[in-house]
Amino acid sequence: MKAVRTILVAWIALLALLALTIAASFAPLGPALPFISYAIAIAKTAIVVWIFMELRVRDGMQRIALATGFAWLAILFILLFADELTRAWPR
Amino acid sequence: MTEVRRLQPQFPTLERQRDADHFGMLIFLSTEVLIFGGLFVALFVLRAQHSAEYAKSSMEMHYWLGGINTAVLLTSSAIVALMVEAVKSGSARLAKWLLLAAIALGLAFVAIKFTEYALEYRDGVVPLLSPAHLRPGAGTLFMDLYFVATGLHALHVFGGMTLLACLIWPFGRARRDTSAVFAGNAALYWHLVDVIWIFLYPTLYLAR
Amino acid sequence: MTEALSHMNPRVSQEAIPDTAEERRSYLAEGHSLKSWLTTTDHKRIAILYLLSITFFFACGGVAAALIRLDLLTPAPDLMTNDGYNRAFSLHGIIMVWFFLIPSIPTTFGNFLLPLMIGAKDLAFPRLNLASWYIFVFGGLATLATVVLGGVDTGWTFYTPFSSTYSNGAVFMAIVAVFISGFSSILTGINFIVTVHKLRCPGMTWGRLPLFVWSHYATAIIFVLATPVLTITLVLVALERVVGIGIFDPHLGGDPLLFQHLFWFYSHPAVYIMVLPAMGVVSELITNAAHKQIFGYWFVAGSAIAIAVIGFMVWGHHMFVSGQSPYASAIFSFLSIVVAVPSAIKVYNWTATLHKGDIVIDGPLLYALGFIGLFTVGGLTGLMLTMLPIDVHVTDTYFVVAHFHFIMVGGSVSAFFGALHFWWPKITGRLYNDKWARISALLIFFGFVMTFGPQFLLGYEGMPRRYHVYPAVFQPLNVMSSVGASVLAVGYLFPLLYLMWSLRYGKPAGPNPWGATGLEWTTPSPPPKHNFETVPVVDKQAYCYPVGGRGEQSRPRTQQAEAGE
Repeated sequence: MKAVRTILVAWIALLALLALTIAASFAPLGPALPFISYAIAIAKTAIVVWIFMELRVRDGMQRIALATGFAWLAILFILLFADELTRAWPR
Repeated sequence: MTEVRRLQPQFPTLERQRDADHFGMLIFLSTEVLIFGGLFVALFVLRAQHSAEYAKSSMEMHYWLGGINTAVLLTSSAIVALMVEAVKSGSARLAKWLLLAAIALGLAFVAIKFTEYALEYRDGVVPLLSPAHLRPGAGTLFMDLYFVATGLHALHVFGGMTLLACLIWPFGRARRDTSAVFAGNAALYWHLVDVIWIFLYPTLYLAR
Repeated sequence: MTEALSHMNPRVSQEAIPDTAEERRSYLAEGHSLKSWLTTTDHKRIAILYLLSITFFFACGGVAAALIRLDLLTPAPDLMTNDGYNRAFSLHGIIMVWFFLIPSIPTTFGNFLLPLMIGAKDLAFPRLNLASWYIFVFGGLATLATVVLGGVDTGWTFYTPFSSTYSNGAVFMAIVAVFISGFSSILTGINFIVTVHKLRCPGMTWGRLPLFVWSHYATAIIFVLATPVLTITLVLVALERVVGIGIFDPHLGGDPLLFQHLFWFYSHPAVYIMVLPAMGVVSELITNAAHKQIFGYWFVAGSAIAIAVIGFMVWGHHMFVSGQSPYASAIFSFLSIVVAVPSAIKVYNWTATLHKGDIVIDGPLLYALGFIGLFTVGGLTGLMLTMLPIDVHVTDTYFVVAHFHFIMVGGSVSAFFGALHFWWPKITGRLYNDKWARISALLIFFGFVMTFGPQFLLGYEGMPRRYHVYPAVFQPLNVMSSVGASVLAVGYLFPLLYLMWSLRYGKPAGPNPWGATGLEWTTPSPPPKHNFETVPVVDKQAYCYPVGGRGEQSRPRTQQAEAGE
């Protein structure tokens, strides 16, 4: 069935991304490593959310319901780190 | 087919009730994102304030075991997604086997996790219980947060497994509901537990 | 005489009036046993359960307040020890915030009215609603346990490292109490959001929703998004206290400011949880008092959502002197000024609604006007506090204490009493004598101003908060504040008396004693268990009062489509 195939393809993609993220952590990426790691994590999340959690077929409000948690977490991170990262700045 | 879901009086149609059930579950999942989000904030602040120590502690993590665990959870998510498809196409028995497989993988996750904890105990990096080789300061804080975060996650794995098990008993009837309300909601929870681990893994194990 | 004016006459009789036919068919008559109440899933009964619970906690918090104001009559620490005083204001804050204000309007009037206002038979998840109440009660029991175990002295804000490492009070139990109550909030929030999205009756579009519903929807968003962060923060403080993980302990490399960020990320939106439902109530009271369409419906509705969203971006204004980066402080200061705008829009719109309205001055209107006046003062002083130079001077003084009491007590509690008086006939089926309502409203207003007005002056002059020892020069203002508190207490007690009296002696209310427009006024008073015999169909805007006021109507108008129209 198409749905089963989609799920299996998604699974393979997730395992591939997992291998990629482990490999990347050993590569000489320097300060870029966290950005790459989290980009891969976001990609994996996107697959799980879009395909496994079926956000692909859900209506807009249901998508907003799940997206909002992440969006609000972003608000917390951004404003909190606005303080964290600037505490040492010269006044 | 006998009706496996009862329409509650406040809903005009079964379809509206199903939409409401899924909508409510997704809002609840947002609250879980924010609960774990607070822990991630603590981890990121620690990393920002003590980046060298953080990286050192992360490099000592058993990233292979963590990696295997990640694969275990990703696979269990795929199986749970297949389970929902099985319920939707009326294959309640197949759904049962898939549930058992997912629960088995969940148990495998927990078993590997506890193996890791045992290794950490042997290595002497467990705060309070076995701190012989814990580096004071940020090193200890890292392990503190590691145990809190993975412990809370493991609790949620148990919660997810309970929900999946409920679909076998005592709510086996829900596997025959082809609109997959309960099955869908249990699956959503499981997938979120997976997503949380997807972010925990690089944060704790791969921050070199 | 039209029904709309009949409420000006005394509405109690000399003899007890037995149960009316409506009461015998109402939700109140569906089982009289304790079990029927404790296992109910009827949103109206659950609202009453909450009403009783929060009234109890209001009394508990009030006792703590009385102890505080008694001690502050004199500059010396003569009523309580330093530790005792710390426990008094901490318990006052914890109980009033989490066990009175945050649940107050949403769980009582929100629960009761939301389904009625949208034409539904119940909330989306009635069993979850009952679970919310039980969880709230368990949290409350844990609070009582905290008191029995000797109380907590950290302030309701639980700042680390005092709360996590050094305090000798029952911090863990207090944290457990608040932790538990958080789940009650989250479940109620989910219930409200899904209800408003999925259970509106035919014709009830978003643009026809009463503003009370918009406010509770916005409040529910905050419940759902803010509370989880408090949950995890409390877990971390509890672990630090019990196990010593060190995350907030500078000795171990931790960051106390991390606690403050996480705590205020919840606690600032929490204050909007405390005020948004009150604003929703005021919109209902003002439109009914003026018998006029709200001025700027979409602005009032949109401002509720704007407050809910922007309110999440301002928390750092509680941390201006904590060591937070001045650059972040500047950002938070700016955003805090922005969040004042939607609140101001509401006040302008309420005022414009009253303008040229056919106003009847009754109890509910006086409570609503009390809200508007006191909230405005509280809001303006809040704007003062967003200014960094002013805040540095008055932070941690009585200026801040006065500011938030003007909003939470002068504002929210006044609105709570306004709601109680406005919807009492619907909830109980009985009328009360409005004269007493007006007297209580005035006592509350003047008692409140006398209690908290002087505190602005005290704070500006430098009296710190959370101290019960102060320079003798501050005593006259403190005495005035304490005397005002007694007047306020009398004002709060009066309604208890005459409202209880009305249960036996009040005349039957009929479906719509005020001539108001909401769908709740189309049901019998009190409503039957499933609210509506047939699902209502709506074809009019909210507040569809006829132009020309009360004189032109021969019967009350509501949003519901009339048969044959």
